[in-house]
Amino acid sequence: MTRTGGNDVLVSAEGVFKHFPIRQGIVFKKEIARVHAVDGVDLTVRRGETLGIVGESGCGKSTLARCLAALHPVTRGRITFEGTDVTRMSSAGLKAFRRDVQMIFQDPYGSLNPRRRVGSIIGDPFAIHGLADGAERKSRVQELMELVGLNPEHYNRFPAEFSGGQRQRIGIARALALKPKLIICDEPVSALDVSIQAQVINLLKDLQNELGLTYVFIAHDLSVVRYVSDRVAVMYLGRVVENAAEAELYGGPRHPYAAALLSAASIADPDEAERAERIVLTGDVPSPIDPPSGCRFHPRCPKAQDRCVTDDPELVVREGDPADHLTACHFPVERGEHLAREHAGIAQVSTEPDLPEATP
Amino acid sequence: MSSLSELEPEIVPTDVAERRVRGRSPLQLAWARFRDDKVALTFLVILVLIVVFAVLAPLWASWTDHPYSATFPKTGLDVNGQPVGPSKDFWLGADQLGRDVLVRAAYGARISLLVGIAAAAVASIVGVLVGTLAGYVGGWTDGFLARVMDITLALPYLLIAITLAVTFQVQSVAGSLTMTIAVIAFFSFAATGRIIRGQVMSIKQKEFIEAARSLGAGRGRIMIVDVLPNLVAQITVLASLLIPTSIVFESTLSFLGVGVRPPMPSWGAMLGEGSEVFQTAWWLLVVPAVLLLLTTLSFNLLGDAIRDAMDPRADRQSGGK
Repeated sequence: MTRTGGNDVLVSAEGVFKHFPIRQGIVFKKEIARVHAVDGVDLTVRRGETLGIVGESGCGKSTLARCLAALHPVTRGRITFEGTDVTRMSSAGLKAFRRDVQMIFQDPYGSLNPRRRVGSIIGDPFAIHGLADGAERKSRVQELMELVGLNPEHYNRFPAEFSGGQRQRIGIARALALKPKLIICDEPVSALDVSIQAQVINLLKDLQNELGLTYVFIAHDLSVVRYVSDRVAVMYLGRVVENAAEAELYGGPRHPYAAALLSAASIADPDEAERAERIVLTGDVPSPIDPPSGCRFHPRCPKAQDRCVTDDPELVVREGDPADHLTACHFPVERGEHLAREHAGIAQVSTEPDLPEATP
Repeated sequence: MSSLSELEPEIVPTDVAERRVRGRSPLQLAWARFRDDKVALTFLVILVLIVVFAVLAPLWASWTDHPYSATFPKTGLDVNGQPVGPSKDFWLGADQLGRDVLVRAAYGARISLLVGIAAAAVASIVGVLVGTLAGYVGGWTDGFLARVMDITLALPYLLIAITLAVTFQVQSVAGSLTMTIAVIAFFSFAATGRIIRGQVMSIKQKEFIEAARSLGAGRGRIMIVDVLPNLVAQITVLASLLIPTSIVFESTLSFLGVGVRPPMPSWGAMLGEGSEVFQTAWWLLVVPAVLLLLTTLSFNLLGDAIRDAMDPRADRQSGGK
């Protein structure tokens, strides 16, 4: 999806923190610790582009998405949408903001109310914003159902009567109802079968071309993100560690974590896979309750040095990179540098029994 | 909807089968499961008979010519002043004052059902309201409402009920009815409220609530449109199980003389009076006791059947259909 969105910034996050307090006690709840789910994120999304956000489970992708959608109040920082600060909006401003920003959720089973009919679920946005009633609402809902490839006759069915892919289409139709400018997709396909994933992704891409949508697309499947995104941000423990155009990042990641993540992606071509290096990280992801000092990645980084333990690297353009390729690393990976300690390959020994040749 | 599907005659064979499945709401599915439950249907019939028995109370009174509060010292009591047993005149015997037990039991059924259903309804409405608010709004609201419910559950209800009855000395039948319903509802709403609160807290975590918020829906709308429909099954079950406990509660209060005022008969009061002479007049205990047992048993079994019918998990436990 190489579209030139121009430099018109639609959303920007500046130093966004979201900490979840862990409380103890029955009456006077004392805060004993906090989960640093999002811990200082800067990013911008330009109008018409798709920003992919990748990272492991628990790195704060979904929390960031909910902060961008103003579903979670941020602990600190600014999120601006078309120039206005979302974090300090009045309730009227927020309601207008909700018309422009929609979310598509990960779980096609959990995101639709099982007790309501599909027509009423998709018609909800019209009802909430008082836009269409009765027959008009029904016809607009049926238009939306057609747009996302659902049979408009299934208007009166319950979500339980649909498959996972169809349910995700219902969620997409609901998100499109108010003609939003930005759609935040929180792992929209990770709960679906691979064959259905492709259909839903293509639907999202077609809708973007047709309606000029901007997406923030969160996923942990690197190939999906690569396919849909113009730009990709890699997250690790609540931070963005690298943010670059899709081709830049996939061509030569600068942050060691991004390089490790990309090297773990499966490659369809077996010959290519044989040649590919695989960077195996040691240890587990540290707890977001007590993140490491300095660079968050230093305990697991193959290139870590003393400075990484003490100094927190900034997310800036590193030497030799284009202006929109940001990396938060003191010692970025150079072209041709090998971080891998082993080759991935398929080191499988045949398990077929050695039978003697049949003699005729 | 149907007119649209009629435009496609070429897919009729599959569509006919499909149309029978389509559009069946969870409630319709629950009813289909309920119909297969023979025990529940039997007790539903018994319950209907008890309701008919209660509704037709004035009819029994006029047939036997024995108004519920009238005493018949000549026919209802024998020469020693003892109540007569079941006979042609008094089908279910007479009590110590020579009143017809059948007629009184029928009027008592009215009181028991009225108090039971009204108290259960009030308790359910209050419980659902409090539980939903506490569970959804959270924070201080939840802290306050949850503590109120805890305190209510910890209070010694009989002592308080007796104190209230003694303090206010309500004399009229209507006044004592209202008071009884209010007391029962006050001591019952918290159990419902706590369960609903827990359910709401778990529903609140669902993504469709987040979806509604991201669409711009307010708290009130989310509670009514998104949360409550998911509680219909629980509320129905809880309410149907509250009815028998309320009936027993009312009987307890009336047995102790702090419930519905005499001369209005109530099963509990009849049990209280009958317990004094049950060695000579067993029918005074047996008639209200059996009615009470049948009514509460029916409501309880129906409540269980409704839960089985509405809870898809119960379906799985019984191994399929």
